[in-house]
Amino acid sequence: MKYETVIGLEVHAELSTKTKIYCSCENSFGGDTNTRCCPVCIGLPGALPVLNKTVVDYGIKAGLSMHCDIASYCKQDRKNYFYPDLPKAYQISQFDLPLCEHGFVEIDTDEGMKKIGITRIHIEEDAGKLLHAEGANFSLVDYNRGGVPLIEIVSEPDLRSPEEALAFLEAIKSTLQAIGVSDCKMQEGSLRCDVNVSVRPEGQKEFGVRSECKNVNSFHAAARAIRYERDRQIAILEAGGTVEQETRRWDDTKGESFVMRTKEEAHDYRYFPEPDLMPIFVDEAWKENLRNSLPELPSEKKKRYVENYDLPKYDAGLLSASLGLSKLFEEAVGEGAKPKTVSNWLLGEISKILNETLMEAEDIPFGGKALAELISMIESGTISGTIAKQVLPEMFNSDKNPKQIVEEKGLAQISDEGAIMEIIHGVLSQNEAAVNDFKAGKDKAIGFLTGQVMRASKGKANPGVIQAKLREALEALK
Amino acid sequence: MKALVSMTAHELHDKLVNREVSALELTRAQLAHIEETEAEIESYITVTSASALKKAEEVDKKIAAGEEISPLAGIPVAIKDNISTKGVLTTCASKMLYNYVPPYSADAYERLLGQDAVMVGKANMDEFAMGSSTENSYFKKTKNPRNTACVPGGSSGGSAAAVAADEAVFALGSDTGGSIRQPASFCGVVGMKPTYGLVSRYGLIAFASSLDQIGPITKDVRDCATVLSAICGKDEKDSTSLHVSTPDFLGALTGECKGMRVGLPKEYLSDAVDPAVREAVLSAAKAYESMGAEIVECSLPMLDYALETYYLISSAEASSNLARYDGVRYGFRAEGCEDLDSLFLKTRSEGFGKEVKRRIMLGTFVLSSGYYDAYYKKAQKTRTLICQDFARVFETVDCILTPTSPCTAWKFGAKSADPVQMYLADICTVSINIAGLPALSMPYGTDGEGLPIGVQLIGPRLGDAKILKAAYALEKGGR
Repeated sequence: MKYETVIGLEVHAELSTKTKIYCSCENSFGGDTNTRCCPVCIGLPGALPVLNKTVVDYGIKAGLSMHCDIASYCKQDRKNYFYPDLPKAYQISQFDLPLCEHGFVEIDTDEGMKKIGITRIHIEEDAGKLLHAEGANFSLVDYNRGGVPLIEIVSEPDLRSPEEALAFLEAIKSTLQAIGVSDCKMQEGSLRCDVNVSVRPEGQKEFGVRSECKNVNSFHAAARAIRYERDRQIAILEAGGTVEQETRRWDDTKGESFVMRTKEEAHDYRYFPEPDLMPIFVDEAWKENLRNSLPELPSEKKKRYVENYDLPKYDAGLLSASLGLSKLFEEAVGEGAKPKTVSNWLLGEISKILNETLMEAEDIPFGGKALAELISMIESGTISGTIAKQVLPEMFNSDKNPKQIVEEKGLAQISDEGAIMEIIHGVLSQNEAAVNDFKAGKDKAIGFLTGQVMRASKGKANPGVIQAKLREALEALK
Repeated sequence: MKALVSMTAHELHDKLVNREVSALELTRAQLAHIEETEAEIESYITVTSASALKKAEEVDKKIAAGEEISPLAGIPVAIKDNISTKGVLTTCASKMLYNYVPPYSADAYERLLGQDAVMVGKANMDEFAMGSSTENSYFKKTKNPRNTACVPGGSSGGSAAAVAADEAVFALGSDTGGSIRQPASFCGVVGMKPTYGLVSRYGLIAFASSLDQIGPITKDVRDCATVLSAICGKDEKDSTSLHVSTPDFLGALTGECKGMRVGLPKEYLSDAVDPAVREAVLSAAKAYESMGAEIVECSLPMLDYALETYYLISSAEASSNLARYDGVRYGFRAEGCEDLDSLFLKTRSEGFGKEVKRRIMLGTFVLSSGYYDAYYKKAQKTRTLICQDFARVFETVDCILTPTSPCTAWKFGAKSADPVQMYLADICTVSINIAGLPALSMPYGTDGEGLPIGVQLIGPRLGDAKILKAAYALEKGGR
């Protein structure tokens, strides 16, 4: 039988506010354990939360960027459960009245653009972190992350494949980065997700029984966890069994998930309205101010790149998804560089360097003006493409512009015919065999000799001039 | 001559200003009296002699330097042991926090420190403020100074007893369902629960967040107004604290009440109220009439639902507020725990007393899925109705006069066996917390056994000055 996979995602994104959600402790990654803590975020008796208004701003911005309705009235609730990383034994979250509801995100699929519903986005606080020492019979807790603001984005079960899930996660990430509410650094855990998967025979209307998979810490892991869960559930159904509703834990090293809790063991979180905090009222003016402050979203940017710059959809998609790349792109094009050429450099050599050095595009040390300068030097014949590839790493390593680098390193292209002729004579005198081959009518020898001349010039000789002058010199020897 | 320690704060303030007595002499006299009295009354969990003497010396320096001192400067105060005091043991009278020393201070206490008040100790209470007799303390049983065979009331029993026994000139208590007013009534002193949000809850160890409020326990109404002025005000650290300018509480104390409309709700004078208590309330009403106030008979029918509503809401919030005591970070941790679950289970089983566990169980139950709508949600709806009940009555009256408690102080153990009997003692006070209103209890006569009777004055929201005015008039001219 053929099965259809139904996927819904719950994405947790840490917000990049200066301070935590309910106290004035610094909100940043790392730091010595238990140094970014105060009576409020470690839940000392008598301490009270005070909501950081920027968290609401960021939540609303996220909601608006994902086409959600923003609640004019909402509240915060306590989610009660015991765990050592949760110092109050409840998490302040939102239950029945979230900040944002009924939105969507568009993703590119093989069948074209597809709208993925956003059920809700709510604000909540993060918990601390348990630290387990190898072989120790105790655990330690670091509360630095406790009280870091999060938004939880819950999708509708609209995703049908691991690829769609990936595209959805990429869209969320690029949107949150573009509007400046989260840095979405997976390796620092600032974007995490829970994966809900069920399968059903193709054509069936009702959803199958779903499982929820936690501890999915990268996009790659999300796709793997979905594939694993899909295959596991199909195998159960094929064997005549029934899928149990349960919560599972993904182990990325093993590439498997394990049962955490069955339906019977599911927590009763005893949600109730947080009495220490007032309800949140969002008026039209607040909402509209934030709407007007929103930058162009990646999806809009992509459209514009295709329409205005005639870029292929593929290029436009990759560039617009990255704040750093799109900024460089627009700056370089603004300096007069050809859009497609700029795109080729950004998605080719520059992305290669980023991947090799694990650098984020936002951290590229040079601007679009420098990139445009590099490209114009190629086009004017000052340097060759090959030389440009040597200049680029220097641009990453120093704050010098391409012209300076080319001058200092003497990389400028030689177009002077006399100078090139001199190099050619030197090469011909050292390669008698090849010269003889040419004389014997083997035209191929020209290719070899061109390479030798280029080499002798350390790549700086103008290829066009070499081509013309080499033939001239050889003909003279005939 | 009146002993120093039996004087009010305003009397002592005059003596300090006139240099008839130094703050150090006063504090020494206070500590000596505590030393003498404490063996019998047991008001305190911790006595803070050293820091008190140090603070008193500071005050004397200011006086010597000719600085103007605040009305509470140099005045000995007892602080209920659920109010966080930096560097000083704060136990909530629970084994769970037997060793807990907070690294920060409650806002209300900070404000008293700012006024140079001298804390002499941390007062005993029912564990986590749950109880009406202070018999639920893990540490000791405080006696009623008016009759040591009787309970001092609760939960701020230590605070009220300390003031009544002259072990402090005034005290801070906390009131979730009557915990300031009822012990004040039992011990024959003045106790006030301000409008919810008037005094910051920051640093008050939470029992039921939407009901808790810190307030003064004093020897007279003037001191009550002085202390309330000192501790009230917007606190940015408490989101529920109100943005209001501080009313002139002392200015309200004119001694007059002519033209005031005083409501007398019939539901509070039913047969469930002791005859002596009812007599006292009616005679207070007569006194008001004779002073030119108008007595308006009125009705608060929702009183029937107040107790249930209170125990559902307060227990629900308590079950969540007290969940943090898990043995992981501070306070008591049980021995011999095998794993995480046993750490939580053993610590909480051994660390909490019976009444606290009863309320946690009740609160956990009413918030559970499947029961939430029937209990918690319904209680919230009833809460709205109770608020409307009061709002309606306050359209025609300035304040409401009722008993503080249906009875006077009972003997130790008299109600301990039956929690419902104990809960019923709160019948006159809980609805005020549910509605977030201000209310004050002041002594008005005694019963046949000479035990003090308290009458309660309830005001509309932010009508704190109104009830102080009415109380002061009754105190001055009503006998």
